[in-house]
Amino acid sequence: MNAARITFVAVSVLALTTLARAEGELPIPADEFVYCTVCHGVQLMGNPTIEAPRLSGMESWYVENQLRAFRKGWRGKHEMDLIGMEMQPMAAALSDEQVKEVSAFVSTTRSDAPPSTIDGDADKGRTHYSTCAACHGVRGEGNIALGSPALTGLNDWYLVTQLRNFRDGTRGSHAGDTYGMQMRASTRLLPDDEAIQDVVTYISTLQEQ
Amino acid sequence: MKEKNLSRRHFLGLVGAAGGATAVYQTAMAMGLMQETGPVAMLALQSAGPAGKKVAVLGAGIAGLTVAYELERAGYEVTIIEASHRVGGRNLTLRHGDRVDEMGYDQVCNFDDDPEMYFNAGPARIPGHHHRVLHYCKELQIPLQIKANFSRPAYKHDPERFGGKPVLMSRYVADARGFLSELLYKAVDKNVFDEPLSAEDRERVLQFATGYGDLNSKGKYTGTRRGGYKSGGFAKPAEHHPIMDFGELLDSKFWAGGLTNSENPDWGEPLMEAVDGMDNIIKGFVKNIKRPILTNAQVQSIQNRADGIDIIYNHKGQRHKFSADWCFNSIPTHFMQGIPNNLSKEYKAGLASLRPGNFFKIGFQMKERFWEREGIYGGITSTNQKINQIWYPSHGIHGKKGVVLGAYAFWDQSKFFERMTPDERLRFAADCGEKIHPGYADYIEAGVSIPWGRMNHMMGCGTSWSPEARDRYYKMLQQPDGRHYMIGDQISYHTSWQEGAFASAEVALLDLDQRVRAASSTSRKG
Repeated sequence: MNAARITFVAVSVLALTTLARAEGELPIPADEFVYCTVCHGVQLMGNPTIEAPRLSGMESWYVENQLRAFRKGWRGKHEMDLIGMEMQPMAAALSDEQVKEVSAFVSTTRSDAPPSTIDGDADKGRTHYSTCAACHGVRGEGNIALGSPALTGLNDWYLVTQLRNFRDGTRGSHAGDTYGMQMRASTRLLPDDEAIQDVVTYISTLQEQ
Repeated sequence: MKEKNLSRRHFLGLVGAAGGATAVYQTAMAMGLMQETGPVAMLALQSAGPAGKKVAVLGAGIAGLTVAYELERAGYEVTIIEASHRVGGRNLTLRHGDRVDEMGYDQVCNFDDDPEMYFNAGPARIPGHHHRVLHYCKELQIPLQIKANFSRPAYKHDPERFGGKPVLMSRYVADARGFLSELLYKAVDKNVFDEPLSAEDRERVLQFATGYGDLNSKGKYTGTRRGGYKSGGFAKPAEHHPIMDFGELLDSKFWAGGLTNSENPDWGEPLMEAVDGMDNIIKGFVKNIKRPILTNAQVQSIQNRADGIDIIYNHKGQRHKFSADWCFNSIPTHFMQGIPNNLSKEYKAGLASLRPGNFFKIGFQMKERFWEREGIYGGITSTNQKINQIWYPSHGIHGKKGVVLGAYAFWDQSKFFERMTPDERLRFAADCGEKIHPGYADYIEAGVSIPWGRMNHMMGCGTSWSPEARDRYYKMLQQPDGRHYMIGDQISYHTSWQEGAFASAEVALLDLDQRVRAASSTSRKG
C-alpha cells in the first residue's frame, strides 16, 4: 500500500515536472508578432469563434508561401473570402525579413491537437483521399518538393472552408498562384459538399494516429 | 409617538449593522425598494479575509479598472494584466501623436498638437440614467459637460430623395408630425374606428392632433414655423419653409433612423461627455489605483485550482505565472477559445456562443468650423450613405478648428469600411460628407479611422448575444466559475456601453463580497 502511494506521488511529481518543462519551452512571440496570437490564439492553437485556424507547428516554408500569397493578393482579395480579407492586411504589412522570421516562429509553436468537429463518412473519405495522397502523402504528412503542406494538425472546419474556397475559385484562381491553381483543379475530384466532409473526416483520422 | 411595527428603514439599518453596505443594497433590491436604474449605492466591500486577497484582473478597460479600484480600497492586492500597449480598452480618446493600433495598419493620429483637437473613438455619450458611469465620474471628480445629440438645425440627408440635398432635421420632424397629425385628425373627425370615441374623447384627440402637428383650425397641415426659418423673422418678416412631399418623406425612410434616434433612452437628451475627452474617466481610475498596471502583457493560460487560480502571461519576452486567489476576466469572450483554460465545459460553451460586434468611427480635423456658419452647434446629421452620421463637436464653439465625427457605422456597414485601407476609408467618408456640406473635403486637415473589429487585442465591439445564448448562458456567465469571474460590457444587457461594463463589475464584486463574508463567518466560527 505504501509502495503504491509512493509510486503515485512519484508519478505526480514527474507529471508536474514535465508540465513545467513543457511550459518553459513554449516559444514566446517577438513583440512585433504578438498580434498573430491575438486571432490565432495562444501558441497559434486556433480560435473557431473568429474562424482563425490553428497554425501550431505548421511548416515554415508553407507559412512563407502563404504569407507571400496574401501579400500578392492571391489570397484574401476575393470578394467572397471575407475571413481571408481580414488576414490580408496583416501579411501585407510584413517585410521580406519579417515573413521569414514569423514563419520560423509559427513552425516552433505547439498546442494540443485540434478537436474534431466534422462528422462525415471516413470510409468514403479514404477513397477520395487516395488521389490527395499523391501530393499530400499517404499519412497527410505533406511533400515540400511538390509544395504540398501537411494536412494533419489543421482544424477540420478550416479544411472544409478551404476546400470549398478552392472549389468555388475563391482561392487558387489567380494566374500567378501555380500551387493554388493545381489545388483548385484537384478539388474537381470532390463532387459535392458531402465528399468534402467525408475526405476531411478521413484526414482527421490521420492526425489521431 | 412610539413606533410599533418595524419600519423598512429600521429593518435596513439592522441589516446594515449585521452585513454591511452590500447587504443593505442586496436586501433593498430584494425588497423591491431599489430599481436597477436607481442611483448606485457605494460599494462598501468587506475587507479581504481568509479567502485570499491576491487578485488578477485581466484587461484594463472600464470593468477591470472598476474591480481593481474597488478591491484595492477593500485591502486586496490587485495585479492588472493588460495585453494592449495602453490602458482604457475601448474608452479611447485620440489626440496628436497617439498610436492607433489597428492590426495590419499601425497608424499615428495626425491631429494638431492642441488639447481641443480630440476625438472619442469609443464611448462618447453619457445619458442621465447611466447611474454607474455618473457615480464614478462624481467620485473620481471627472468634470462633465452637456453634449448635443439631436440637433434641429443639422440635417437629414438621403442621396435618393429631395434631389439628394440635405434637408433640415427640423423640417423633417415638423412635417412628419404634421402629416401624421392630419391623418389622425381626419380619422377622428369622421369617427372611423371600430369602437367610436365619445364626443368628449373625440374633442380631446382633435385638440391633441392640432397641437402635436401644428394643424390649422380645420385640422389641416399647411406648414409650421417649427420647421425653422427660411429667412427673416427678426428685423424682417419671417418666411418659413414650405411643406415637403409626404410620399417622398416616407420613401426616404427617415422614420427608420434619424426621426426616432433621440427617443432611445440611451440617446435621449440631454447627454453628457467628459470635459477634454472621455478617457479622463480612465485617467481618474489610474490616478487612484495604487499598484502599477502591466501593459503589453498577454494572457496565455487561465487555470482554476481548488483554492485559487493560476494565470500565465507573457511580458517583455518572458513567461510569468501569477497565482491569485481570484481572477476577474474582461478579455473579449471571442478570444477565449484561443486561450488554454480549465473552465467548465458549459461555461466554455457559453463563451463560445457569443460573437464580436463591429463598430467603426472616423474623426476628421477640420481647419474651419464651417458647420457653425450653417447654424449648427453640436448634434448629428443623419444620412442614408454608408457613413451613417456626421457629429459636430459640442466643445470649442467658435474656435478656429474642430474635430468632426465623419462616419459612424455598425455591423455590416462597419465591415464595409474595415475591408478598406485607412486612406480609402477617409477618402470615401470625405466624398460622402461633400454631398452634405459642399467643400467638406477641402476642410479636412487630418483624419483617423477606428475599426473596432480590427483593433489589436479587441477585434470587436458590442458583443452579440443570440436570444438562445441569452436564455441559456447569461445567468451562468454572470456567475463565477470557481475563482474566475467574467466581466466587461460583454456580460451585460448594455454591450458597447460603459454602463454595461460598470454593471458587470458591480455584479461580480457583490458576488465576491458574499463569498468573502461567508468565508469570514465560517473562519470566525472555526
